[in-house]
Amino acid sequence: MGSTLAEKVWDAHVVLRRENEPDLIYVDLHLVHEVTSPQAFEGLRLTGRTVRRPELTIATEDHNVPTEDIDLPIADEVSRIQVETLRRNCAEFGIRLYPMGDRDQGIVHVIGPQLGLTQPGMTVVCGDSHTSTHGAFGALAFGIGTSEVEHVFATQTLRLRPFKTMAVNVTGTLQPGVTAKDIILAVIAQIGTGGGQGYVIEYRGPAIEVLSMEARMTVCNMSIEAGARAGVIGPDDTTFDFLAGRQHAPADWETAVQHWRTLRTDDDAVYDAEVHLDADELTPFVTWGTNPGQGSTLDGTVPEPESFDDPGDRASAEQALAYMDLRAGTPLREIAVDTVFLGSCTNGRIEDLRAAAAVLRGRHVDANVRMLVVPGSMQVKEQAEAEGLDRVFVDAGAQWRSAGCSMCLGMNPDQLSVGERSASTSNRNFEGRQGKGGRTHLVSPLVAAATAVRGTLSAPSDLED
Amino acid sequence: MEKFRSHTGRIAPLRRSNVDTDQIIPAVYLKRVARTGFEDGLFAAWRAKEPDFVLNRPEYAAASVLVAGSDFGTGSSREHAVWALLDYGFRVVISSRYGDIFRGNSLKAGLLTVVLDQTTVEELWRYAESDPAAEITVDLEARTIRAGDLVTSFDIDDYARWRLLQGLDDISVTEQHTDDIAAFEARRPEWMPVTS
Repeated sequence: MGSTLAEKVWDAHVVLRRENEPDLIYVDLHLVHEVTSPQAFEGLRLTGRTVRRPELTIATEDHNVPTEDIDLPIADEVSRIQVETLRRNCAEFGIRLYPMGDRDQGIVHVIGPQLGLTQPGMTVVCGDSHTSTHGAFGALAFGIGTSEVEHVFATQTLRLRPFKTMAVNVTGTLQPGVTAKDIILAVIAQIGTGGGQGYVIEYRGPAIEVLSMEARMTVCNMSIEAGARAGVIGPDDTTFDFLAGRQHAPADWETAVQHWRTLRTDDDAVYDAEVHLDADELTPFVTWGTNPGQGSTLDGTVPEPESFDDPGDRASAEQALAYMDLRAGTPLREIAVDTVFLGSCTNGRIEDLRAAAAVLRGRHVDANVRMLVVPGSMQVKEQAEAEGLDRVFVDAGAQWRSAGCSMCLGMNPDQLSVGERSASTSNRNFEGRQGKGGRTHLVSPLVAAATAVRGTLSAPSDLED
Repeated sequence: MEKFRSHTGRIAPLRRSNVDTDQIIPAVYLKRVARTGFEDGLFAAWRAKEPDFVLNRPEYAAASVLVAGSDFGTGSSREHAVWALLDYGFRVVISSRYGDIFRGNSLKAGLLTVVLDQTTVEELWRYAESDPAAEITVDLEARTIRAGDLVTSFDIDDYARWRLLQGLDDISVTEQHTDDIAAFEARRPEWMPVTS
């Protein structure tokens, strides 16, 4: 019997395998940011340990950084201390850091691929659950906790049991106006927020093969929202074309590509689970609740909690509607928002900004809506400005900001206030995620832009009257 | 890490499923650089706005075993969620399902997360609600729980159990295999990327 892609990458990284013990797995790339690393660095200091392979490690400032006035010191003292702590730690342990204001600074999951550091067949870890993003390159990439961050610092390895494998087969063709975000929101609604627990999901099939790298990253990014450890997509010419010429692309390019072409799931490989989705039937998707599985097509209505068979799901839906201040039966298109957020490691890449700008060009953001556009990295910002996208956003009445995690999780000043409602291209609609008491509807960049114009949840097709 | 063999204490029944780590500790509490003192962030939003939330009820103030609905600890990888539970005084969490990263973090940081089926979870909720002072014993060595008349066993990964029983630090265990790591490194292709 053959192997799946994820199994091949795993097996190639086993340092030590012993019966009844987790495998010892080698880590090729360790990404670090300011929030989940300070206690790990402190652990190294307390035990007199060092970082084993600083040259396989990079750090960036992303979660806390303001997206305005970035040439000034961070005003929030606690945030500033956390960022300064990262700077001191990186200097002490010899780790390359991309600080606020640096041309290569940005969200950790945007800059890894952008620098060409994320490559097929690698193991990539970070103290951040959206590390699954890097699986778009055929890397095995997953989030870890701070204890594990310290373990990787000290040993460049992790102790792990192998993940189970799941195939999500997406057949058919996406209709215009339907995006990678709608694919992954539909997958999560289908298998649930716990459906992927213990699995690495391989996304495959004709509708995945035609996706750009940016779109593949959007899909893999939200694997964690289905509970999965990681998401992975088989590398192909689209992958290699994206990597060619990047700063850290292999010098011995031909040898690397030759190896990368072997990173395919064998025809006779068997997955532990398989799920099917038909892209022909997908339409724009939005969430109505407080977890990413509580979603529906934009054409739908807010569901009746009684429609859920499982008592836990019913109770969750009741609690979600109360928190979201929504009534069952309300058409989703009638829900008015206060804020639109375009950005995050899910949808803060150049292609996402282009898609939203195409909708906004010649139109104006509704008078009752504020729209924040936050590029995923300073390079994305630079590229967007070179293409004039910043003018499109500003002319439409949106705010053009600098790079960071921003309103995805509200650790910086970009937050929702109590009761404020957003349409957001980010990944989590949890209670209070974007600010205490804030209410979040997850959407694609296209839906975000159309919603900004109409003021209620909308698709671009709603603007063509 | 402290050794964990067996724990006896009171139960806090948390009748909620899909409790993500943003609910266990909101992001604003993650800005700190210290490793302790996260108890004030535990379920901060629910404690602030819901007077009858389980942790606001005096009869559950002394609880050290949290019994929660399914899919506890989903979402963000923040180990602060585990630290907040430990700092608040919890030693054990019981649920039918967990977010994978949270589960891994808990077992590494010394918080025992036990998996029991939903029917047993509901029995434990009723047990704690009928008598908040009633105790439960979670015996990691024997892999059993005892709560009144309810006695049941639970599964746990052998290696994780051994580490908890011994109170071992993962890094020092791995450092015994430094030669294997060096041998692996010698075999890595030269074209693989370096960051500096």
